[in-house]
Amino acid sequence: MSDGVLDTDRNGVLTRISDTLWRNPRLTILLLIAPPALWLGVVYLGSLFALLAQSFFSIDEFSGLIIYEFTLKTYSELFTPANFDIIVRTFLMASAVTIAAAIVSFPIAYYAARYARGKWKAIFYLGVMLPLWSSYLVKVYSWKLILAKEGILNWLFETLHLSWLLEAYLSLPIIGGNSLSVSWTGTFLVFLYVWLPFMILPIQAALERVPPSMMEASGDLGATPGQSFRHVLLPLALPGVIAGSIFTFSLTLGDYIIPQIVGSSRRFIGQAVYAYQGTAGNIPLAAAFAVVPIVIMGIYLWIAKRKGAFDAL
Amino acid sequence: MHSDRASTGLKIAAGLGLAFMHLPILLIFVYAFTTEDKSYQWPPPGLTLKWFGVTWNRPDVWEALALSAKVASISTVIALILGTLCAAAVSRTRFFGREAISLLVILPIALPGIVTGISLRSAFNLADIPFSFWTIVLGHATFCIVVVYNNAVARFRRTSGSLVEASMDLGATSFQTFRHVILPNISTALLAGGMLAFALSFDEVIVTTFTAGQQQTLPIWMLEELVRPRQRPVTNVVAMVVVIVTFLPILGAYYLTRGTDTVAGQGK
Amino acid sequence: MTSAVSFTGVSRHFGSVRAVDEVDINIAEGEFFAMLGPSGSGKTTCLRLIAGFEQPTAGEISIFSQPAQGVPPYKRHVNTVFQDYALFPHLNVLDNVAYGLMIAGMSKKERHQAAEEALELVALPGYGGRKPSELSGGQRQRVALARALVNKPKVLLLDEPLGALDLKLREQMQEELKALQRKLGITFVFVTHDQGEALSMADRVAVFNEGKIVQVGKPEDIYYRPEVPFVADFVGSSNVLPPHVTEKTKGIWANAAVRPEAVRLGEEGLPATVRATSFIGTSTRVSLELDGIQMIALLPKGQAIPPVGEHTHVSWADDDIHLMEQADE
Repeated sequence: MSDGVLDTDRNGVLTRISDTLWRNPRLTILLLIAPPALWLGVVYLGSLFALLAQSFFSIDEFSGLIIYEFTLKTYSELFTPANFDIIVRTFLMASAVTIAAAIVSFPIAYYAARYARGKWKAIFYLGVMLPLWSSYLVKVYSWKLILAKEGILNWLFETLHLSWLLEAYLSLPIIGGNSLSVSWTGTFLVFLYVWLPFMILPIQAALERVPPSMMEASGDLGATPGQSFRHVLLPLALPGVIAGSIFTFSLTLGDYIIPQIVGSSRRFIGQAVYAYQGTAGNIPLAAAFAVVPIVIMGIYLWIAKRKGAFDAL
Repeated sequence: MHSDRASTGLKIAAGLGLAFMHLPILLIFVYAFTTEDKSYQWPPPGLTLKWFGVTWNRPDVWEALALSAKVASISTVIALILGTLCAAAVSRTRFFGREAISLLVILPIALPGIVTGISLRSAFNLADIPFSFWTIVLGHATFCIVVVYNNAVARFRRTSGSLVEASMDLGATSFQTFRHVILPNISTALLAGGMLAFALSFDEVIVTTFTAGQQQTLPIWMLEELVRPRQRPVTNVVAMVVVIVTFLPILGAYYLTRGTDTVAGQGK
Repeated sequence: MTSAVSFTGVSRHFGSVRAVDEVDINIAEGEFFAMLGPSGSGKTTCLRLIAGFEQPTAGEISIFSQPAQGVPPYKRHVNTVFQDYALFPHLNVLDNVAYGLMIAGMSKKERHQAAEEALELVALPGYGGRKPSELSGGQRQRVALARALVNKPKVLLLDEPLGALDLKLREQMQEELKALQRKLGITFVFVTHDQGEALSMADRVAVFNEGKIVQVGKPEDIYYRPEVPFVADFVGSSNVLPPHVTEKTKGIWANAAVRPEAVRLGEEGLPATVRATSFIGTSTRVSLELDGIQMIALLPKGQAIPPVGEHTHVSWADDDIHLMEQADE
């Protein structure tokens, strides 16, 4: 401790390092950001570049070995009818799931944002959080149980003497199948179930930002509740819906487990990626397939950004 | 339109929706007790506790569980360090590349798991890295960073900047300030972030499939069982245990950050 | 007189913004020094330069004749009372106050004792066990004060500490602070935008505008003898007479200041028209127009209030008009 006003003899190692950091704020930021930036840059961005790189390579048909030369041949393979089907199929499923999720989530989100108070607020919050964070696989699995031929859903239809309805539905082309668990309806239901929390939360967040007085003001100016809903609430909730749709769309585009467990044998993008990188060893094609969701999401995100959806995230 | 009570229709719709989200999981709990082990028959012909014993004695379940726990623990520690460093830098000052870093942190979770998975696989392939415990951890830590980051950033933003100045004014160096002022104020946020990261890692299956090679974490074990079932009720028991085990950290994280403006978990 | 703080040609630029522009200050030991000015005038930045939270882009700062260049805040025996008090939310009041002593390595018993004494000094005896969130604004301010004073700093910096308090509390705190400073003999450097506060508490006042100090002096000097129009206007709202008016009354081409209470209405002096009157308790405020400018007169109670629109004359005693430096405009 010095007598002077300025303490010149605190000189421990840590103190000296602290002095240097204080004198150089840029150095401090650099030191803070370097480890995570390096990790993310090398591990993650590096991998993404590796993916991109791989998609420009091709596989030799005879030897099965990867040829490390730039070519667009692999990308062109995406446009064969079989492969293109896969892409279209996945895109359609993602769209259907997104729209359905928006419709089903809205009442829940609206109620939770506007009317839930006190303990109900906590119940709704946990009620959405727990499924969100609980095991993805368990959720998928539970639906396999539900949709199984001998499972609860069939049992329900039988007890209510509505089996004929189910059979009629299953005989419909495309969305029907041998049983619910091998039909696209089944796949659709599971996707919907698993991604629902991802849609509820952003909508709720967006709705919570609408001051209640706005709806009252609308009523005050002569609008019916329906009109207030359509012209005031819905537009304000839209960024939340878009934010949620980013999740549901993106997650559906890339998923390979759900279609595998509950679905027909016709593949989705995720399964194609998984299959090609596995025993087939055709990593370039797998990579090319994987780039498709990235591109689709990139375009989607760009559109969403222009609509201001990122505030609701 | 002055009423602050929701219409009955809305209440029913909301309630049904909420129930819809939980019932399937509860169903599994029931199936864990069924006596029927060859199919998913409903209603269960009988109830028994024997499957718990059977599961306890399955070595592959324990191995998978141990691996999952180890991976989750180490990934969480890495994510805590990197996520906090990143949050500290981003919330304090503007610097060149700040927006880019914010985006970069979110990317692993924003892009579909399959993209992350195949990217890592491509990278391992190109760099000739064999699969191992560390390849799994590499993937897990990367997407766990954002979970910690979100919680830490929210808390940093709420902490007044003058606290750090006050501490230094009173004689504390940067390190002393970190220890006595910053850390106590962000500890619960870090704990919450860590718990969520653990739960996320414990449950992850998509990226893990691409980075694990021959090893089995618990979700991979479960996936195997789903595709090629050995003893169905055992899978149900394991599923039930997993739900309960992940339930606890979520609840914990919620209570730790309740009452703040950003409650943990919203940034998934 | 020992110099406690001295600035020589100090500037602080943020890019192209000159927050502090070539400022010279000399604060004597034991002084109660106020830095007064509107927001953005550079006074807070100067305070932060003394504390060490900012570094000057040019010039030199010394604290008790020791150069402060490169000395971090934690090595300066200078303590700050922050505008938002900055009490540590996770510590109770006693630990907050004892924080600086804890860092310095004092034993728990000793520092708790010192903290208790500091709390008594600021009239909060026995509040040690509470948490900052349980205190009112005025109480938090005192805790912040105690936390700074317990370290026996050579210079105490106060950054608009009374801003968040209501009027009565503020006046009370002003008296207490003044008494405290006299009792302890520590150099106080006080930043405020409230001229009434600065005038009533300080031994000397420095008036800031746009990064520069425009006048330094005792409160009476600032009030009665403003040197530039800005000071006249900012401190007590003096009337500023532009040169063409001053010439008519004093015969000199310069700006001049006349306090509103010194203006007399009657038959003699410069012709003026009454534009508005308002009753403000002990006096009446009369707004007049003369020769293209506006002027305010404060009439004491008892005097006749002229009706709006009346043509009258304004005059003042020779002592009451103060010539200022020629302004550029």
